[in-house]
Amino acid sequence: MSELLKTEICGIKMQTPILSASGTFGFGEEFANFVDLAQMGGVVTKCLTLKPRNGNKGVRIAETPSGMLNSIGLENPGVEKFLSEILPRIKNFGMNVIVNISGSSVEDYGELAKLLDVDGVAAIELNISCPNVKDGGIIFGTNPNAAASVTASAKKNTDKPVIVKLSPNVTDVAEIALAVEGAGADCVSLINTLIGMEINIETWKPTLGNITGGLSGGSVKPVAVRMVYQVAQAVKIPVIGMGGIRSCADAVEFFLAGASAVAIGTANFADPNVIMKIIADLEKYLQRRRLKNISELVGKIITQ
Amino acid sequence: MSKLFESEIKSNVEVAPSVFKLEVDAPEIAATAKAGQFVQIKLPSSEFTLRRPFGIASTINGVKIFYRVVGRGTEFLSTLKAGSSLNLLAPLGNGFSMNASSKVLLVGGGMGLAPLLSVAEKLREVEILIGGRNRDEVTFWIKEFSHLPSIDIIFVTTDDGSYRYGRKGFATDYLPEILSADKYSAVYTCGPDIMMYGTALEAIANGLHCEICFERRMACGLGACLSCSIDTINGRKKVCKDGPVFDAREFIFNT
Repeated sequence: MSELLKTEICGIKMQTPILSASGTFGFGEEFANFVDLAQMGGVVTKCLTLKPRNGNKGVRIAETPSGMLNSIGLENPGVEKFLSEILPRIKNFGMNVIVNISGSSVEDYGELAKLLDVDGVAAIELNISCPNVKDGGIIFGTNPNAAASVTASAKKNTDKPVIVKLSPNVTDVAEIALAVEGAGADCVSLINTLIGMEINIETWKPTLGNITGGLSGGSVKPVAVRMVYQVAQAVKIPVIGMGGIRSCADAVEFFLAGASAVAIGTANFADPNVIMKIIADLEKYLQRRRLKNISELVGKIITQ
Repeated sequence: MSKLFESEIKSNVEVAPSVFKLEVDAPEIAATAKAGQFVQIKLPSSEFTLRRPFGIASTINGVKIFYRVVGRGTEFLSTLKAGSSLNLLAPLGNGFSMNASSKVLLVGGGMGLAPLLSVAEKLREVEILIGGRNRDEVTFWIKEFSHLPSIDIIFVTTDDGSYRYGRKGFATDYLPEILSADKYSAVYTCGPDIMMYGTALEAIANGLHCEICFERRMACGLGACLSCSIDTINGRKKVCKDGPVFDAREFIFNT
């Protein structure tokens, strides 16, 4: 890997600025046949909670025009099993492991951050934006004070960089971003999914067991680019951009909007090797534009 | 180990109303796939975000799958012609154990008969109970199964009794009588959940090993997205990765 794509975000050295988005890439090992995980900026894990969760009942995914709805509901094996079984296994892939966590109280985030302050974890990403669970996640992500409290709770309990994942389901995303920056967040990532729903016109019932779900995929990209732009204008900490990225061209938009790195989510499902394609194409793009490093692209949108 | 393949469509024909048989040239999948494993097909159109999972029905002379047109994806698939190319992710999942000591009874309904066809192709001695709503739903399956050397007897049920060489009713109504012949070492089943659970209870009551093969909505097929998780007595399992074939005893809950 050349120097073109090397970067460093809040102290995490990355071979490339391409990460996986939480919930779409398991713990990384599921994709090891298709992606050289060590070439990624990091694998952001499936969201972990203190106790194992089964997630939501009924149908949990539905395809939509240029996207999909999901209402998995944070199914995960719990932090203990992650630490005892999964982390020792995935350490061997030589990638940055960024652990996404969610809690149902401010204290939960602190406790999770403390438990995960171990060797082999590169950073913590706070999920304060999951739209699919009642008892956590998004309730902290839609109120600036609650978002700040959760951030401070995590920061107090770990020396790892803390990334806060923001919800698009708010009136002013920059306000939340400023609140978590003020509470000590090292980085923000956005966007999580947009709340949506689908109704079956024959049964008159919602497609998803949970009634509503989170919309992701190509259709959310313009919303994501706009929000990354707004947040990057507002905060000084780095921004990880995501939402509907399927190609290098999509990724470049996010860098220009102000993202220092990007994450690939839904596109992994259709193309398990899409991250490798984006890395290769991004390198070519930088060469064609005669840029020496990806940092020369970040925030370089020309608005006048 | 699953891989990505670009494979050419050899044929894609309607074998019953809204039911298609798709044959692709994929020698490596044909050589390695186990009965019960599946393939994730990427539809060649930007209109679709997710792949579509299909059980592998045959690996003789190309890889065959069967599908019913139920939505936009399968409708698009049905328009593809021989000679065009498809991107496949395969083979996925675990497959049937295929280690029965003697004759196996297959019990299948609807499109669930597809993976059982692959079982019948690979085992030496099987009998099959085919269930369907009506004559159209069973006749093409009977044709597919009847020419396999492993097939001894084909039992048939239709919900409406329209297949006159079979019985009227559900497959599970006929099953106790078939099992009473006491000549099977295992039962493999694939079809609607209610049929599979009924079959599993009957098989287990007869002291038989039973394997069930699930169909679920899924996105990745690799065990990452958790769309297809199910409850078992051994905790949560993923249909795509831990299955789609499970020992039926994993679903006998003490409620």
